[in-house]
Amino acid sequence: MRNITGLLFAGGLGFMLLAIVSGLDFGNPAMLVGGAIQSSAPQQTGAANIVTSVVLGYRGIDTLGELSILFAAASAAGLILGRRHTTAGTLTEGGFVLRHGGAMLFPLLMTIGFYIIFHGHLTPGGGFQGGVMLAAAFFLPLLARPGARLHHGMLNLIEGFAGASFILVGLLALYQGGEFLQPLMLQGTLGELRSAGTLPLLYLAVGLKVGAELASLLSHLAQTEAEQ
Amino acid sequence: MISSLTLELVLHATALGLILIGLAGLVLSRHMFRMVLGLVIAEAGANLMLVLAGYRWDAVAPIITNLAEHPNMVDPVPQAMVLTAIVIGVGVQALAVSILIRVRQRYASLDRDVVAERMDAEIAASAGIRRDVSQDAPLGERPIPPLPVQARESQGGEA
Amino acid sequence: MTELELWIAVLLALMMLSAAVMVLLVKNHLAAVAAASVVSLGLALLFALMRAPDVAMTEAAVGAGLSSLILALALRRLGLWRLDGSGENSAGPITRRRD
Repeated sequence: MRNITGLLFAGGLGFMLLAIVSGLDFGNPAMLVGGAIQSSAPQQTGAANIVTSVVLGYRGIDTLGELSILFAAASAAGLILGRRHTTAGTLTEGGFVLRHGGAMLFPLLMTIGFYIIFHGHLTPGGGFQGGVMLAAAFFLPLLARPGARLHHGMLNLIEGFAGASFILVGLLALYQGGEFLQPLMLQGTLGELRSAGTLPLLYLAVGLKVGAELASLLSHLAQTEAEQ
Repeated sequence: MISSLTLELVLHATALGLILIGLAGLVLSRHMFRMVLGLVIAEAGANLMLVLAGYRWDAVAPIITNLAEHPNMVDPVPQAMVLTAIVIGVGVQALAVSILIRVRQRYASLDRDVVAERMDAEIAASAGIRRDVSQDAPLGERPIPPLPVQARESQGGEA
Repeated sequence: MTELELWIAVLLALMMLSAAVMVLLVKNHLAAVAAASVVSLGLALLFALMRAPDVAMTEAAVGAGLSSLILALALRRLGLWRLDGSGENSAGPITRRRD
């Protein structure tokens, strides 16, 4: 009985979505907001990547909300999972290749992660993608040596400072007479690394925050108190 | 050979199909881990549907490569929304999985009905409620026993 | 869209739908997580085809990478990590009654 009700619900939702989608004109969107953003984004924000200027400039508050949701989810997961397992230090290590391969991949992953974060306003990329790569860079040696400890204190410090600096850059725009999180245009030409004002700084804060948060969450998942 | 109508049909059918498969898995699964996987698939379908709403025929990605040209670009606003949605989705999955770990620790099972049964028993035991009798049943015995003899006589005298 | 892109889109759509159905029907939990990451991979390629490179990179990094890692670590913690298909910890087809 419950199964049939569930299937009816799913079918009804599918029908409603079908009705909505059939009203859309595929391939010719209205683009009322998108067209205006495309024509004025390079002059107003200076970023070559228009999605970056939308994420950090025109919808900056949404990004702040996303950061807080991620923070809430990661802290709640850390709270639920509890302390580090007492036998976590006795887990068998990986072999020679695994341990040293993990250690050698760490600087490469950090380089690529920071490259993607810093060039987020020029090419596809940005804070979230680079932050995920940084988290993987921190977590990979932990996979090779399951008993190792991450410096959770340092990770929490980085996460806190990155989040606070995101808000501080936004407040800086308020101080300069604009609105909260308005992109400030410093000198620079479009298409170079030093362009787009405060957008690379914002993405750096986002990338560090996401990376530290996810690395801490992964290490909690891998070493929680629950049984095997 | 494939017309544009076919492409539109195929892509929308994929997005709708993913949402429906994910929702069906979420509702019909007995094992709670499969419920989380159903949620993952439904989120993927929803993100695909959002990006499809911004697609434009014969357009390029929304990145300025040459300031002199102004080619047609796809809509950047749904892409920004989907960027946010993907990251939020992974946060929700991490939290769901942590809750599953705790549930397994507490009730030693991940079957949906078994856990519901054990939760009910625990709540009833801690609240002191009996589970075989309904809470809405009236107190006292049924059928109602007849009134004692003296009360009947006094009532008959007054009425 | 060129003809080649249309064919690739149709192929990706088929791959994603069949992997999504496999997630629910497969008995081994590790295979289900692998099928979910196949769905994310197909989705990332489809996003790249839809002229959305930022979204494609995010989906590839987060969906196919981090989400699968989180689910696999959880499998380890839940005691459901089995390389073969049988065992008391596997789920059957989704509505099969047991006990």
